[in-house]
Amino acid sequence: MILNVKGKLSALGCSALLLGMICLTTNSHAGEWSGYSAAEYRYFQHPSLNAEPDQHGFSGALSPEFYHQWDDGKQSLIIAPFLRVDSEDAERTHADLREARWLIAEDKWELRLGVGKVYWGVTESQHLVDVINQTDQVENPDNEEKLGQPMLNLSLFQEWGTVDLFVLPYFRERTFSGKQGRLRSQLVVDTDNASYESGSKRHHIDLAIRWSHNVGDWDVGLSHFYGTNREPLLRPNQQFTALNPYYELMNQTGFEIQRTTGSWLWKLESIRRETKSDTFIAVTGGLEYTLYDVLESGLDVGLISEYLFDDRDDESATPFEDDVMLGTRITWNDVQSTELLIGLIQDVDSNDAAWSIEASRRIGNRWKLSVEGRLFKFNETNNALYQVRNDDYIQVELARYF
Amino acid sequence: MRNWIFLLVLLFTMPLVQAETPAEKGLAIISEADKRDQGWQDSSADMLMILRNRQGDESIRQIRIKNLEVMGDGDKGLTVFDEPRDVKGTAFLTYSHSLIPDEQWIFLPALKRVKRISSNNKSGPFMGSEFAYEDISSFEVPKYSYLYLKDETVNGENCFVIETRPLYEHSGYTKSYVWIDKREYRIQKIDFYDRKDSLLKTQVFSDYKQYLNQYWRADTATMENMQNGKSTTLKWSNYQFKTGLTDKDFEQNDLKRQR
Repeated sequence: MILNVKGKLSALGCSALLLGMICLTTNSHAGEWSGYSAAEYRYFQHPSLNAEPDQHGFSGALSPEFYHQWDDGKQSLIIAPFLRVDSEDAERTHADLREARWLIAEDKWELRLGVGKVYWGVTESQHLVDVINQTDQVENPDNEEKLGQPMLNLSLFQEWGTVDLFVLPYFRERTFSGKQGRLRSQLVVDTDNASYESGSKRHHIDLAIRWSHNVGDWDVGLSHFYGTNREPLLRPNQQFTALNPYYELMNQTGFEIQRTTGSWLWKLESIRRETKSDTFIAVTGGLEYTLYDVLESGLDVGLISEYLFDDRDDESATPFEDDVMLGTRITWNDVQSTELLIGLIQDVDSNDAAWSIEASRRIGNRWKLSVEGRLFKFNETNNALYQVRNDDYIQVELARYF
Repeated sequence: MRNWIFLLVLLFTMPLVQAETPAEKGLAIISEADKRDQGWQDSSADMLMILRNRQGDESIRQIRIKNLEVMGDGDKGLTVFDEPRDVKGTAFLTYSHSLIPDEQWIFLPALKRVKRISSNNKSGPFMGSEFAYEDISSFEVPKYSYLYLKDETVNGENCFVIETRPLYEHSGYTKSYVWIDKREYRIQKIDFYDRKDSLLKTQVFSDYKQYLNQYWRADTATMENMQNGKSTTLKWSNYQFKTGLTDKDFEQNDLKRQR
């Protein structure tokens, strides 16, 4: 099954690449390549709770992007494949077509066709309303890396806001760490044995609509999605040797709002998700305050505080049912664009917490060094993340951009 | 008899001279400069930033800029980065205003995220350069108070020297001295004074070119920091005016389409 998906994707990738080549050779305004290649080292502080995985991991990633525009910039093509090779986890070694889309833009509308990436939402700690793209979870446990989503997207621009219509004809399964990988549950998720509520399985045609608008200090968005839930239920197989993903259909309504006044950003995201197994409401809200040019040093210090709420009865379904996030983002505004982001998500009712630190700095004009650390303090056995409690890690990545 | 005429002339002209205080003259000069630069509608240009540290090491930023003239309000601007490559595709959209805060959005290409950001950052450095955000934001007459000081020759041009003081919040400056040439009302030089009122930076404009027989744009502007020895040079090229851009080209969804 996974071979089938990969086969299809590579076929799509090849044809898209071919299209790109044609454009390159037939047009005087040749397209341009950009992107990066990166080497990464991960060190896990503790031995894994599971037998196989190691404490060290090396991997390399390649992320090129081809871009070509014509018709006075009204039409454009992006092709962005992605490849990661991991020394430990066969599931983390993966290829994806992040983008392969054609765009035509007119004054009143835009149409995107192909594989694309879409972001919705305003909050920092988690991204509740952002539902179009599947999470590429093996990339990073922060759930911010996404798989390319085949789509037809029509955007309509009106005085009263932008309306986006989506037809999503093909579903991408979530990636999960394999047997040799860290950051996984005790039972490995068997991604080759996914099942679906819909008889059309991954060919179910998902639909989404979103209205977004900006009035003065306010930025607001309202969306509805009907289709395959990007978050699978994980159910043990009969032999109890693995977890099988089960993808339900869902109706999800999302609301997001941000108010920007002075140095304050006030943010709120909320969803109501309805599936056969559950209906729940989740909310993330908070604020971000930035001190600019602190003591005339050029440094910006941002302070972030958010509250995460989820009314699901089953506590293991989400780790963020009643949690507070505190974070700070420090931007040096120096020649090397040095940045530091430290975050803590603390459960209100227990001592469970997760720390995150991300720092990056450019070296010369082409290189970038990034350091990332995650620290998990999960003692409650019913926490959804209890099984990764030993997977604290620090990661160093050196990327070269071209 | 000659003295009589002299006195008469003096009597008639003195009220006229006195009618224009230094503040009025400063404002009149700035208003004239602003008036001469009206009607360009929209413009686009490529901007190269060369950052130099004290040792003379250079670092480059390549930026594309589009602007839309908004009558009776601040201009709209769209800024897209090409270099350094790790921020390629990062774009800023700004609706500038005179005294109420600007509206600003950033597009982060890795996440495909459009994020509304605070525009309170005025005095902080723009992309590690010696230019602060307030130095590169759209100029609007009501943003400052003005005081004409004297005439002085700079860059071979006979100039008015005007003291400006920011009226908007969060500025890093107490005042600036601005040299505006009498021939074409172009800014030749600006001295920026920090919050302690000591000279912080000097910006010199050069290689002015005239477009559409009216609008003067400098090809080069160098900002020298007098306190830390660093400097940044801006070099503009491919200036185009009246290309037909409208409000539709300066909306949040346009950020996502920039490359």
